[in-house]
Amino acid sequence: MNRNDPEILTRLETRFPATLAIVETVDQPTVAVAKESLIDLFRHLADLEGYTMCLDVCAVDWMPTNPRFELVYHLYHPGKFARLRVKSRVEEDGTMPSATAVWAGANWAEREAYDLFGIRFEGHPNLTRIYLPDEWEGHPLRKDYPLTGPRVD
Amino acid sequence: MGLTPAQPEVERSILLTTVDKMKRWAQKSSIWPATFGLACCAIEMMSVTNSRYDLARFGAEVFRASPRQADLMIVAGRVSQKMAPVLRTIWEQMPEPKWVISMGACASSGGVFDNYAIIQGVDHVVPVDVYVPGCPPTPEALLFGIIKLQEKITLGLPPKYLELAPEPGTKGAWR
Repeated sequence: MNRNDPEILTRLETRFPATLAIVETVDQPTVAVAKESLIDLFRHLADLEGYTMCLDVCAVDWMPTNPRFELVYHLYHPGKFARLRVKSRVEEDGTMPSATAVWAGANWAEREAYDLFGIRFEGHPNLTRIYLPDEWEGHPLRKDYPLTGPRVD
Repeated sequence: MGLTPAQPEVERSILLTTVDKMKRWAQKSSIWPATFGLACCAIEMMSVTNSRYDLARFGAEVFRASPRQADLMIVAGRVSQKMAPVLRTIWEQMPEPKWVISMGACASSGGVFDNYAIIQGVDHVVPVDVYVPGCPPTPEALLFGIIKLQEKITLGLPPKYLELAPEPGTKGAWR
């Protein structure tokens, strides 16, 4: 059963007219936003719209294009059972504002994106590797990372 | 009293052997494995101890949680780069003599996981005595591997890490 809230798209568009764009999807409401107004949008969604859960933070590497990385945030409204997807892009040498100030649960998900993609989050309380050993070189889920592993022999 | 000559009586009741043979028999009849289940192969490793396959018939059913009490390490599953130093430490903590069985395609060669995270064969980390092929190997295959290891012990062949030692008699010095 689809309990999503499609009206939120028009509400957000009037609230953030300059920096927000609606993305065509088949499953759930999705918006793309510039990273400069990302935290403003997150505050608005969490405090006023009631999207109090950040389910996951994913990253995508669109390597030849610039900005290179895309962050995908999946948000949840526990009262309406509604889901919302927010996308935002960041350059390879740029930093992303951390969502941990809005949702503390974004902490480990952002560490994962840092570990495997090398995306730096500004304002993150503990931006260290979460899966790989601390002395690991490189970020394995980047498109330019070698496909096969290092040979020991 | 004195009716039977002493000589044939002694021949009937005493079995002569060497201490070495006796020791090998004892070793091969009580191989205690360390639990090292890393992936789906571990499920097959567990079922080998169940009543259907009954590893206890070969004296190797006592899976030990402490490496100090284990003779055999069954590496059941893929070894990640992060797990490799842990596996090596646990192997070094096992008392000698010790043996290693590499169970399944991933432990033996990396299997389908030809990527940055997985060691391409556990023999890069510890010396392996017996490789059991399969993905995952059946419990029968692991049983066969353990029987092969028993044959190796019975024949008096040294464990792999002694075979690879730089000089004979240098214990534990592997690479």
